[in-house]
Amino acid sequence: MTEESKPTLNARRAFLAKLGGAATCAGAAMGAATLGILPNATAKSEPGADGASFPNENYDWSKHEWAFGVDATKCIGCLRCVEACKRENDVPQNAHQFRTWVERYVHLEGDDEVHIDSQQDPVNIEASGSEKTFRFANRYKDAKVYKAFFVPKLCNHCTHPSCVQVCPTGATFRTKDGVVLVDETYCIGCRYCVQACPYGARFFNEEKHVADKCTWCYHRITKGLQPACVEVCPVGARMFGDREDKQSPISLFIRNNRVQVLKAEMGNAPNVYYVGIDKEVN
Amino acid sequence: MDAILHFAPYTGWVYPNETIVEWSVLIAVYPYLTGLVAGAFTVSSLYQVFGFERLRPVAHLALLTSLSFMIFVPTPLLLHLGHPERAFNSTITPHLTSAMAMFGFFASFYVCLLILEGWFAYRPYIVHQAQQRSDLLGKIYKLLTLGSYDVSEHAMRIDRKWIFALAVIGIPAAHGLHGYVGFMYGSVKAREWWSSDLMAVIFLFSAIISGVSLLAVLYVASCKLRNLAVDLACLKGLAYTIWGFIMVALVLEGLEFANMVYKGHDGIDMIMHYVTGPLLVPYFVLQFAVGAITPFLWLSYMIWRGTTGRALVIGVTVSACLVLFSVFMMRWNVVIGGQEISKTGKGLLSYHLYFWGKEGALMAILVTLAPLALLFGLTKFLPPWAETTDAHG
Repeated sequence: MTEESKPTLNARRAFLAKLGGAATCAGAAMGAATLGILPNATAKSEPGADGASFPNENYDWSKHEWAFGVDATKCIGCLRCVEACKRENDVPQNAHQFRTWVERYVHLEGDDEVHIDSQQDPVNIEASGSEKTFRFANRYKDAKVYKAFFVPKLCNHCTHPSCVQVCPTGATFRTKDGVVLVDETYCIGCRYCVQACPYGARFFNEEKHVADKCTWCYHRITKGLQPACVEVCPVGARMFGDREDKQSPISLFIRNNRVQVLKAEMGNAPNVYYVGIDKEVN
Repeated sequence: MDAILHFAPYTGWVYPNETIVEWSVLIAVYPYLTGLVAGAFTVSSLYQVFGFERLRPVAHLALLTSLSFMIFVPTPLLLHLGHPERAFNSTITPHLTSAMAMFGFFASFYVCLLILEGWFAYRPYIVHQAQQRSDLLGKIYKLLTLGSYDVSEHAMRIDRKWIFALAVIGIPAAHGLHGYVGFMYGSVKAREWWSSDLMAVIFLFSAIISGVSLLAVLYVASCKLRNLAVDLACLKGLAYTIWGFIMVALVLEGLEFANMVYKGHDGIDMIMHYVTGPLLVPYFVLQFAVGAITPFLWLSYMIWRGTTGRALVIGVTVSACLVLFSVFMMRWNVVIGGQEISKTGKGLLSYHLYFWGKEGALMAILVTLAPLALLFGLTKFLPPWAETTDAHG
């Protein structure tokens, strides 16, 4: 263990302790994956982030360009990411507001229509038994599934974000390192940004009375940590990194795969890159 | 945590965060009020700028109506904001790319313009009252003269020039104010139902017909309350105005819908499912059939037959009420309808209107009626009736 990696590991331990029992298993899986105990699930895997490409405490936002990758072929729909995000970012504990979510796409044999649901679906909430923990109900167990896959979703931190464009006060803005944030001390709560986001990534926080969304865990990434959802993903379906660093997981992910973005026709230039999604995903 | 309890039921696939409809009925009331402001001002302009003499009996009433509604325009927004105490952030530090940020400036400018034009229009009356009365009201009138008691013919000529200039500036101001409201929706590319180049113009024309209709109703009501005969030439002038503009409004709305269907972008199937399902009654039946086509045909018939007298008064008043209802339904179908169609293009949500609460039906009704209460008070203080304005102006 090198001296540089100690703070990162300490912070991870603190984060895991914070997550509590349920997420600890996922965290352990992540740790195991990092140690090389668990094999990676797909052929085109990128190396797990080891902190080497992340900034130190003298953070300079002009020297980074953050981006996010999703390998949908790896996602197993465990929803640890959703729970970790809720806890890490104090997201309201209900089944209607999320900074990140996972969509399930199911094609049944003999049925042209794709069946899509997410963790907020009442059937899934009933299966989990709570609006604070999430799981996908095994609702297709008696059906013949032709094709099925999961797609993690989150704010796309667009280069041309329509949410920022419409904000009347400038309370939501794009940082120099490419993250779209909301200044909750300045937001007036008009919700124009919620309407303007083509991806449904924003919601109105009823406790703070302001717009809310994914920050890519800005409080973590500026300390050299990974976003909580990336940290807990047991299969490496989510990856995050600095595009300024050509060897970062995200740079390699974009370089080694034919990636795509959601709703490219909107012109928002999203910075979440997808691999393994089907035509009906938007 | 009200909203969490008020989540919207849905069918099909919607994004999880969409299950709370964020813009309530109040956001439908807001463009309704601005539309009435712009429409009422149109009537005032038709008289002041374009010389429609037959509209003289309602010219001052139009100004007061516009002002009364304008004062209440920010109310639904303030009730809706998560942090109303920060509302001025958008004026102090406006984000210039935001359509909404300009609202404070447009609205403030327009209120100033209305007050100024109103002052010039009422100056002879104010001076007269200030000189006649010695009570508290007299002191208020005295204050309102701003020290100017000159009502000579020369001074009146200068006043008329001011009124004309302000009315000319007011036309783009009033219509710009409302056009921008339409643009606020039309520019949201995330929602197929809103994202239309025609939206701003549609809002404008529907605004004009709603404002003129409001004046027709208010004028007839005021005549009944004051036991005076309705000036049929004036009422006919209002009816012609509604009739002319309603045609344009109908054509524009039809074109927008035809464009959307013909282009058939991703999600059009869900939109068609929506308009032929949950929106069938509010959109096709209430907004178009009952609220627009019925009054259009009725007005056409009356114009064709040269209807006059009591039949004209009843016909125009009922038609105007239907138009007022239709334009509210249009606001509702845009604001609420747009949110009921999921951004996924694969699902529909269902907004539930609650009666009580900060953003409930009762509040929406109160906010819509409040300007009428203010107008009632204002007409006592600054009578807009022809006999008063003719005597002093």
